[in-house]
Amino acid sequence: MSAILDPTRKLVGQPIKRREDPRLIAGAGAYLDDIKLTGMVHAALVRSTSAHGRIKSIDAGTARGMPGVLAVFTGEDFADLNPLPGAWTAGGVQNNVNTPRVLAIGEVHQVGDPVAVVIAENAYQAADAVEAVAVEYEDLGVVVDAKKATEDGAPQLHENAPNNVVLKWSCGKEAAEVDTALAAAEVRVQQHLVNQRLIPTSIEPRGSIGRYDPGTGDYTLWTTSQAPHVMRLLITAFVMGIPENKLRVISPDVGGGFGCKIFCYYDMALMLALSKKLDGRPVKFFEDRSENYLTTTHGRDHITDVEIGATKDGRITALKVDTHANLGAYFSTIAAGIPTTLYGRMVAGCYKIPNIRVDVTAVYTNTAMVDAYRGAGRPEAAFVIERVCDLVAGATGVDPAEVRRRNFIQPEDFPYDTGIGMLPYDSGNYEPALDRALEIVGYAGLRAEQAARRERDDRKLLGIGLSSYVEVCGVAPSKWIGLPGEGWGAGLWESANVKVHLTGKVVVTTGTLPHGQGHETSFAQLVADELGVPYEDIEIKHSDTLGTPFGFGTYGSRSAAVGGTAIYKSVAKVREKAKKLAAHMLEAAEADIVWEHGRAYVKGSPDAAKTIQDIALQAAVAYDLPGEMEPYLDETTYYDPPNCTFPFGTHVCVVEVDRETGEIALQRYVAVDDVGNVINPMIVDGQVHGGIAQGLAQALYEGAVYNDQGELVTGTMNDYAIPKASMVPTYELERTVTPSPTNPMGVKGAGEAGTIASTPAVANAVIDALAHLGVNHLDMPITPEKVWRAIGGGAS
Amino acid sequence: MADTMTAPATMAIQVTVNGSNRGGNVEPRTLLVHYLRDHLNLTGTHVGCDTSQCGACVVHLDGESVKSCTVLAVQANGSEITTIEGLAKDGDYHPVQQGFWEMHGLQCGYCTPGMIMASVSLLQRNPNPTEDEIRHGLEGNLCRCTGYQNIVKAVQYAAGQIGRDAGAADAPLPHDAHRPIHHDGTTPHDPASVDDWEDELAGESDES
Amino acid sequence: MFPNRFEYRRPGSLAEAVQILAENPDAKLLAGGHSLLPAMKLRLAAPSTLVDLSQIEGLRGIAANGALTIGALATYNQVHDSAAVRQAAPMLADTCGIVGDPQVRVRGTLGGSLAHADPAADLTAVVLALGGEVTVVGSGGERTIAADDLFVDLLTTSLAPEEIITEIRIPDLAGAKMAYEKHEHPASGYAVVGVAAVLAMGDGGTIRSARLAVTGATAKATRLSSAEAVLAGKTVRTETIAAAAAAAADGLEINGDLYASADYRRHLVGVLTRRALERATG
Repeated sequence: MSAILDPTRKLVGQPIKRREDPRLIAGAGAYLDDIKLTGMVHAALVRSTSAHGRIKSIDAGTARGMPGVLAVFTGEDFADLNPLPGAWTAGGVQNNVNTPRVLAIGEVHQVGDPVAVVIAENAYQAADAVEAVAVEYEDLGVVVDAKKATEDGAPQLHENAPNNVVLKWSCGKEAAEVDTALAAAEVRVQQHLVNQRLIPTSIEPRGSIGRYDPGTGDYTLWTTSQAPHVMRLLITAFVMGIPENKLRVISPDVGGGFGCKIFCYYDMALMLALSKKLDGRPVKFFEDRSENYLTTTHGRDHITDVEIGATKDGRITALKVDTHANLGAYFSTIAAGIPTTLYGRMVAGCYKIPNIRVDVTAVYTNTAMVDAYRGAGRPEAAFVIERVCDLVAGATGVDPAEVRRRNFIQPEDFPYDTGIGMLPYDSGNYEPALDRALEIVGYAGLRAEQAARRERDDRKLLGIGLSSYVEVCGVAPSKWIGLPGEGWGAGLWESANVKVHLTGKVVVTTGTLPHGQGHETSFAQLVADELGVPYEDIEIKHSDTLGTPFGFGTYGSRSAAVGGTAIYKSVAKVREKAKKLAAHMLEAAEADIVWEHGRAYVKGSPDAAKTIQDIALQAAVAYDLPGEMEPYLDETTYYDPPNCTFPFGTHVCVVEVDRETGEIALQRYVAVDDVGNVINPMIVDGQVHGGIAQGLAQALYEGAVYNDQGELVTGTMNDYAIPKASMVPTYELERTVTPSPTNPMGVKGAGEAGTIASTPAVANAVIDALAHLGVNHLDMPITPEKVWRAIGGGAS
Repeated sequence: MADTMTAPATMAIQVTVNGSNRGGNVEPRTLLVHYLRDHLNLTGTHVGCDTSQCGACVVHLDGESVKSCTVLAVQANGSEITTIEGLAKDGDYHPVQQGFWEMHGLQCGYCTPGMIMASVSLLQRNPNPTEDEIRHGLEGNLCRCTGYQNIVKAVQYAAGQIGRDAGAADAPLPHDAHRPIHHDGTTPHDPASVDDWEDELAGESDES
Repeated sequence: MFPNRFEYRRPGSLAEAVQILAENPDAKLLAGGHSLLPAMKLRLAAPSTLVDLSQIEGLRGIAANGALTIGALATYNQVHDSAAVRQAAPMLADTCGIVGDPQVRVRGTLGGSLAHADPAADLTAVVLALGGEVTVVGSGGERTIAADDLFVDLLTTSLAPEEIITEIRIPDLAGAKMAYEKHEHPASGYAVVGVAAVLAMGDGGTIRSARLAVTGATAKATRLSSAEAVLAGKTVRTETIAAAAAAAADGLEINGDLYASADYRRHLVGVLTRRALERATG
């Protein structure tokens, strides 16, 4: 018997190779664009070339007559569809929510806004016809910068949002109180920080296929989504005004998401409505990369001013943060929650700071919508607080590691309330992770080497950057995240169903779903251990609203902590029922039944056991069940956790900076993370690797840039630099383990940790290399030219 | 109707794809990737960009890696093409495919077919690449999930495996190709040790 | 992602190709296609006719006889792998091993790169510094264009519309020292600035003559004549190299973009000139 089939072996904690991989390495995955349906036609969009304009005319006459073209529609043709919903009411957002329509009507607010759709027999013909549609715009003036957008006289995007302000929000103490603490501080530092706009860039772009069944009136939507159940709800109840039960949503294999595939997009309802207009012919839309960069959501884009008060020995006594968050041309699905709940309430990081005030102004501009991107608010918060630590180190002369150590929340402080409205941090022990990271990297030796190079006036300077982070994961508790005014007016629980079929095979359905995270493997490991059935006998099913219980989806590092716990609890219910039935089968009292590795026996008689398979058969054939027991082993759990989870750790980056050219070489990258207990360490490490790469890319390479006309200058992969293999270092990982008390498995979540930690670690490293030259901050991406200028290059 | 087939002004082409003779009429503008995906229904080859950057579409054309989004189907006339679907032989994965599985070299899997095809060519040109040579040798392929570390290890695994299959006595064992990522060398999740772990447990089970 | 329609022609001879070009002023030549097809996919280029050169015999050979002759359709990989090229002009072989990415190097051709004249291409500067020349065939017959006269402006050469590059010739450079240094764009891989240096050596370590060329910084690959003047006749010394580097950007009209300003590029021209000279002579 293979080990993996042996139910007595504990699989949780083991690096099981992924069961997803055999089909993916053989080219047998089924991603959206791989789906071909009988009679399927192709949609292509005419997109606005104006960043802010009134549509004067649309001439589709030529296009309608072109080969293969079936129809051309404009916004008015879908006037009966509501604008897309905005789900979050955070930050006091009330009556100024402006969400996009499936096709623009009247005005456009960003380059790329869809204004007309062409349907053709194939994608080449559709592209030809798109070029033949002529649209005229009256220019309404463009603003792309979040601060400029709020100034008097700036172009106004939406009538109901004066000065383009979506929300003004704050948390922490009264400003006057924090000002007093700042005034009393021994050391004061101010800094302007830009957290630049990023483009998520899942390698698979987005798309949808809609099919309407004229016979039943049912719709089916295949879409690249991280949250198919939520999409079904939003598309039916909010956009189309049809019963929720008339739509089935399927996420096929999804080629990466990183947040940008959480949201409700124009193409979803549009493809369904088009299929109905075409009497049920399925309609496919699959964006190309340029379209993806224009209109799939972006991330970050904060402009922040911080004021810091500290003692001379590096204790932070006051922190005032004022942030302008650019939300883009419209309000994306959960956009307002990112710079408020998930950013403002996390700026304390892993430190005890007695006086904090955060003010956030979220703003419309003529740019792509900004919403959650891997980390979603927490990377922005970590960037602020981890830069703050280094600024304090610079101002006080205390070593950056020591500044962190002196301000850490201590193990005995948990659960810890930071006082700025976040739920209490569940558990943590920050110093061992810092110590271990410093030990691995050889911190003292590196500082000595750094000093020696400075002494010698070497061309290659050494920089060491630290980032001690904490993040909020497993975002769920409905009574917190759902509370109107704070959250999105809806819960974030998860659900799971576990069935043991007559033959003993187990089917688990879950409302969470993977787009690279390996749920099918990790969840099967969990079920194998908890139910005592062979791993190979367990199927994890997901991603289809038909056949899976409602779930809010996969984001916020919540699948294991929330969705996994729902599975865990369903398995426990199955086990309890199986024990009852086993007692009946063994003619014993339930209290005398021992459950061990999928076998039930009467205490003292392990040889006369009933296996879970025996019990499942008996439960299914059902002719001999005790009392009122219903047939079948089939249990469902809707799990709403009591708290979030708070993973943490310390990352250290070592860089070499060439003084002559400003070129930066990544020398070492050490990450010590604590994500609680771990189900599959191989998968967790993979998540951390990928997260680090994305975060370091923000520090050094990536940045979305618009010109004054609202055109995306970094509109292709030729201009927007996501890292290649040669642009990232080898990551050296370790973990400490502080189990979460929030859930029975003690897991915390690992999908975003790397991204949150690595951006400040890398930025701090480069700035650290230049500290002796008077440099205390550089805006990201820190390109060679910025380094060169910071140390005097180009000065005339 | 397939995605990109069109009636007018087509040209006949003949190609050998994964060992089978295939032919048909295509518009000259049809990109090879669309011919493979939409005419031949070989959808393992993906499209991830429109500027020839991402490499999700890499296939072998007459034995060499090309971006099939940057070759016209008519240019491939008379050629031999291998796609990801044709890489395994007699049900056995190519060592590079095996390496990606063993070393967790993929997450979402979208870049993976192109990454694997490019890696096969990399090892054909350079059977014993250094880590740096692997990283530079994969510059035509973008992955957004893995941070590349396990892709590098997958290629190292395959290099060792291919070397051993070729009878090179000094070829590193796949096991050795795995560079521990934990500082103290006790890589608790070292995927090479997955096998050890499974073997070990399988052995124990047999005994019991 | 979907090119416009075009007529596809695959002539069997140069004469036929020239004739097609003459009859279709809007036609484009298709060699490796790795500049043209991406532009067509974005519909930034929409030629009426593509003339695929792949069936024309005799455009791929590489021959060395003191001088080096390389067929216009030789791919980067073929040039990189050629022992003759490595022997005669190692900088050319090396650069063909770093241009673009591995898939570009399988398809992309030396002739295509020179004819396209991308302002940030690597091989334009390299061939210019090597003092190369191209043989072209057109309706008026065959002629030779020195690399010095080939690059006219942004994406513009002195080729007549119906002329086709058939081969690239690199003169006999026995004993010359050469190197190409590049600061690469993190996304595109093109040269933000690239400097190619070739030093013909005289007796006793003196530089008989120097040819240096820059790419990436200017609208077209351009000779660094000020640096060349500093170097000519001097012996290889740290001060000589520094003086050449300091003069390198003199007189250049340097462009800036989002990634790197003109100031920074000007600085890189100096630094990379020094590094190229150091590596060439090191």
